[in-house]
Amino acid sequence: MKYHINHLRELEAESIFVLREVAAQFQNPVIMFSGGKDSIVMTHLARKAFFPAKIPFPLLHVDTGHNFPEALEYRDNLVEELGVKLIVGSVQEAINKKLVIEEKGFNASRNALQTAVLLETLETHKFDAAMGGARRDEEKARAKERFFSHRDEFGQWDPKNQRPELWNLFNGKKQMGEHFRVFPISNWTELDIWQYIALEKIELPSLYLSHKRRCFIRDGVILAESDYVNMKPDEKIEEMVVRYRTLGDMPITGAVLSDASTVEDIIREIATTRVTERGGRADDKRSETSMEDRKKQGYF
Amino acid sequence: MSMENFISLEEYQKMSLLRFTTAGSVDDGKSTLIGRMLYDTKSVFQDQYDAIKATSERRGEEEVNLALLTDGLKAEREQGITIDVAYRYFATPKRKFIIADTPGHIQYTRNMVTGASTANLALILIDARNGIVEQTRRHAFIASLLQIPHLVICVNKMDLVDYKEEAYEKIRSDFQGFAAKLDVNDVEFIPVSALKGDNIVNESENMPWYKGTTLLYHLENVHIGSDHNFIDCRMPVQHVIRPYNDDYHDYRGYAGRLAGGIFKKGDKVMVLPSGFTSTIRKINTFDGEIPEAFPPMSVTMLLEDNIDISRGDMIVRENNVPEVTQDLEVMVCWFNERPLQPRGKYAILHTTQDVRCIIKDIRYKVNINTLHRDEEDKFIKMNDIARVVIRTTKPLFVDPYRKNRNTGSIIFVDEATNETVGAGMII
Ligand SMILES: Nc1nc2c(ncn2[C@@H]2O[C@H](COP(=O)(O)OP(=O)(O)OP(=O)(O)O)[C@@H](O)[C@H]2O)c(=O)[nH]1
Ligand SMILES: [Mg+2]
Repeated sequence: MKYHINHLRELEAESIFVLREVAAQFQNPVIMFSGGKDSIVMTHLARKAFFPAKIPFPLLHVDTGHNFPEALEYRDNLVEELGVKLIVGSVQEAINKKLVIEEKGFNASRNALQTAVLLETLETHKFDAAMGGARRDEEKARAKERFFSHRDEFGQWDPKNQRPELWNLFNGKKQMGEHFRVFPISNWTELDIWQYIALEKIELPSLYLSHKRRCFIRDGVILAESDYVNMKPDEKIEEMVVRYRTLGDMPITGAVLSDASTVEDIIREIATTRVTERGGRADDKRSETSMEDRKKQGYF
Repeated sequence: MSMENFISLEEYQKMSLLRFTTAGSVDDGKSTLIGRMLYDTKSVFQDQYDAIKATSERRGEEEVNLALLTDGLKAEREQGITIDVAYRYFATPKRKFIIADTPGHIQYTRNMVTGASTANLALILIDARNGIVEQTRRHAFIASLLQIPHLVICVNKMDLVDYKEEAYEKIRSDFQGFAAKLDVNDVEFIPVSALKGDNIVNESENMPWYKGTTLLYHLENVHIGSDHNFIDCRMPVQHVIRPYNDDYHDYRGYAGRLAGGIFKKGDKVMVLPSGFTSTIRKINTFDGEIPEAFPPMSVTMLLEDNIDISRGDMIVRENNVPEVTQDLEVMVCWFNERPLQPRGKYAILHTTQDVRCIIKDIRYKVNINTLHRDEEDKFIKMNDIARVVIRTTKPLFVDPYRKNRNTGSIIFVDEATNETVGAGMII
């Protein structure tokens, strides 16, 4: 068929459409940039959507203070290349200022704090739309999310009362003080993302590719040695050959044993994997509906 | 997943995309069928499977409840029903599929409409024991109203009627009788058991009398090449790109997604509403210039002449223009608890336009069971379907929905709450 575009290009066209709608419908939108492959692809798509102009949004990074240094370095280089503004919401600062209180114990995580700092930062800068790189195939609560997701004044998500979203007509109307979360790559799967990274030759943080790292195993999850995690007496560090399927905080993001050192290797590896990419994330394991609960409170 | 799921980038780029939706009454097995399809195509990861297995066991269910793969909300899992659309994905070497699993419960009809609005194909499930019920009719009617090009009627729970051909044939002829009154042309029938897996991905051994294909085979092979309108050139302008830097000093790019037709460099075009004409100088993308653009591409168009164009305008061909009008006849599905207000004012969104309208007249309400037009009852409640006349504050550039889903659809927004309260298809 002559007049046909393949499904990656169709997804790309859809995401570009959504990004342009955001630029047109909102006063002060922002890209939530986590440093992970999904937000990298989203940012790449934003670049395509507005070419040859610059991306008309700043990037917002909620820095938990527990990030992989490689991810931060990648972020800073990208921001410089794109010539866009970077806004950092710092969880560490919020803790220092006693705005939030840190969890204690071995499985302490800064996830909940991240939400508080995100909401705070959105409010201070009066952002009315925050774009995230979440995909519906990631998790069962995300599978229910709209492209344009309305949030009340408290940043909360009401899954039982979402606005119907029909055709390509996105309703971004809101009252003062309310805002939207927008997910331009909703319809992409993990495999789509990787195939697209290969197709577009997008550069990624080195963490995604196989490397040697000092790690230990907790509850079946391979965690990196870092200053941010307290080891139990029976846990011991070993050097392993690993890579990451998603990037989150160092203390909660599990690595996989892998010698996949190119994007093609990764695609081959994913085709044979038996667990989801979030399978290694301790934050999702807390309960059956932990993602839904966090989303209701304003997590992305 | 297993090694057979490996698809090289080269093959991956040959795959097409099919969006389909489920429909049918509550408990007819829509979510179970999607779960079964994901499971049998090996699209379910071990940790997902372990999680739903544990949940099923904890609730004392005999088998692993595959519906839990799509019913992801707490409230849905508690009640065992689907409340909101869940989007699920899987791929075979031929196609990538985006599934909208929608609720059957009448209270959530608007979510079914949401899932159906972007679908190329609808699976309508019917419980083999109960046959066609009101929700089957309502959903089949909505599917035809939304002009979903392909319908597949899955007669489900065949295991509960001993896989008998008569049960299937009865429903098949009943549905055909009903479908004759609908505006649909491609209808397939497949007897299945979502629970046991008959004719979903694997051929059933229990129904030797059935000579057709499995559901998956049908989904992989149904012809979707002509689902877009490639005739009537329409590009609603979304956004004007002005780089404001020295390299692109006078650059004015009109960014948008093609809503119809094939635009080529050098084509004479007209811009609505101004009526000014010009020639396409360039069709631009980040990856360079392209000779032609067609749906569903997102591009940036540059014109030879410097004319005033902004968001909400539409670029069309001079000799093929949409109707430019403030008076519209619309079939509307109502979504809100607050009924449609006769003489009421609403905001409406159409392509990239945002205008206001007034409801001038309610012509009739459709009786879903009989498809009869009721001209007396003009009280349009949630989940009702009616034909209305509206007048907008500004002209819209429209085509009949039958001709073009992109330029023929509108949504109604309540100006007080900003909720999307209705979906409209222009006649
Ligand atoms: N025996 C049998 N039971 C089935 C079959 N398909 C589904 N069921 C059962 O029917 C019940 C309802 O199934 P669901 O898949 O949740 O139905 P649904 O159509 O998604 O329901 P809603 O989304 O709430 O409208 C569950 O108990 C299923 O196990 C089938 O083929 N045979
Ligand atoms: Mg269901």
